[in-house]
Amino acid sequence: MQLARVVGEVVSTVKDPNLIGMKLLVLQPLNAAGEAAGRTLVALDSVGCGAGENVFFVRGREAAFPFYPVEPPTDATIVGIVDHWSMT
Amino acid sequence: MQIARVVGTVVATQKNRKLEGAKLLLVQPLTLDDQPKGTTLLAIDSVGAGIGEKVLVVIEGKAAGDALRRKAAAVDAAIIGIIDAVEVTE
Repeated sequence: MQLARVVGEVVSTVKDPNLIGMKLLVLQPLNAAGEAAGRTLVALDSVGCGAGENVFFVRGREAAFPFYPVEPPTDATIVGIVDHWSMT
Repeated sequence: MQIARVVGTVVATQKNRKLEGAKLLLVQPLTLDDQPKGTTLLAIDSVGAGIGEKVLVVIEGKAAGDALRRKAAAVDAAIIGIIDAVEVTE
């Protein structure tokens, strides 16, 4: 899983039937210092977050698990909203 | 599996149901000579690791879910061991 900031939203009308009703958000992955790290990506939202929030997301096949028994074709899903994090 | 160092803790109240009660730690993957490699990532802790400790991390969904002892959990990384020592002979 990785930390990220929600920086936008994607609207799509024509899409896979299993994606209907799901929120697509644009994420900027962050490093532990809170700085942007790597390319932005689009992820499904399973927790109800919005732009500007810090979240963490899961990649890969497991990205479809929060929506069980529906199996949306996704490779990234937000699974938590970060309240705060601390570094040594 | 990868060798990593625990560099931080993450608190998230609102999260996927399957992740409730799970401890989330920020880990920095390391090379064999302890240099940071790649970006930090978030892993579920199943062994009671703490900040600063060198740990063994699985970065694969099935293995991470097994470590959490929950089926079909939305996790892709888990700490599955605390490293006492690494010995490289070559």
